[in-house]
Amino acid sequence: MKRDHTLYFRLFSSTFLLSAFTFGGGYVIVPLMKQKFVDQLHWLEEQEMLDLTAIAQSAPGPIAVNAAILLGYRVGGPLGAALSILGTILPPFLILSVVSLFYTAFRENRVVAAVLKGMQAGVSAVIASVVVDMGGDILRRREWLPTAIMAGSFLVTLLWDGLNVAWILLVCALLGITATFAAQRRKEGSP
Amino acid sequence: MILIQLFFSFLQIGLFSFGGGYAALPLIQTQVVDVHHWLDMAELTDLITISQMTPGPIAINAATFVGTQIAGPLGAIVATLGCVFPSCVIVSLLAWVYYRYRSLTAIQGALYGLRPAIVSLIASAGLSLVITAFWGTEGFAPVLPDLVAVGLFVGAFAVLRRWKCDPVVVMLGCGVLGGILYLFLPGLG
Repeated sequence: MKRDHTLYFRLFSSTFLLSAFTFGGGYVIVPLMKQKFVDQLHWLEEQEMLDLTAIAQSAPGPIAVNAAILLGYRVGGPLGAALSILGTILPPFLILSVVSLFYTAFRENRVVAAVLKGMQAGVSAVIASVVVDMGGDILRRREWLPTAIMAGSFLVTLLWDGLNVAWILLVCALLGITATFAAQRRKEGSP
Repeated sequence: MILIQLFFSFLQIGLFSFGGGYAALPLIQTQVVDVHHWLDMAELTDLITISQMTPGPIAINAATFVGTQIAGPLGAIVATLGCVFPSCVIVSLLAWVYYRYRSLTAIQGALYGLRPAIVSLIASAGLSLVITAFWGTEGFAPVLPDLVAVGLFVGAFAVLRRWKCDPVVVMLGCGVLGGILYLFLPGLG
């Protein structure tokens, strides 16, 4: 693929448009990226897109940003990565800048305050529903370690006020790594 | 000074939010509400509501919003850069490992342990949101909760579970219904 300004412009405009019109975060944007870059532009093979997705989902940070970095780098090197990051973060950046300029003024308005108060209850219900879905997925696997981690870390966050969550994440990551390697060794050990 | 604080707070949010979607929520709450008091819980709830209705990852939305509120456009840029920086480093590192060894066993093992912990952290952040909706920013108190909020919460939860409605529609519905109730019922809001 020739790395000329047409390619860089395409990379920027595609990531910009994908980001501007995707509501619902990383799990939604990744399939749309596949559609754009694999099916439409043929910049990548399907298998490679799957690999990139696996890496994007394994790394911390927003999945859409991670996927954009990998894709941009693969297609256009460091400059490609920079442009696709920019394309991905510019739409939310611009929109939220405008929103937060008006937020303080709007918040004082009696009608807006009442509507936002109603929406507070709504968004709490949305998060509660997400937790039920995610927690249900963990419980349905009927494995003791994930269930124990879920219960244990919930108790710790409730009881230990002010504990940095990074410690919880670190301990759970180590538990997961140990369990995975132990399972692998058992599998290799048995004939 | 404030710019450096913004950068490092959002760096931590970017660095520790594994799993996408709502995983950043508990970290945003810790940094922005609990540690630095840049927003109170009601403002954070508004921010999450706005994030739901606009495109883009919640962490980027939060970085822009908080940055602008605290230090203007420059604050927004610094916070957003902080949020994206860990991704750049770690993704490059993982890509290198992946293409060299064709395996992500260690990181997938880490995720095996992280996913259930993230569910708990989101649950705990969600609990703070519910308490704020029911009792206000001061937190739980042994008094009667805001009954309109309780009604809207139960109704919205039921609609979400029963009909798998679009969350944005449910939130807008709560906004309209709640707006009418708070404005026209005396002694509320």
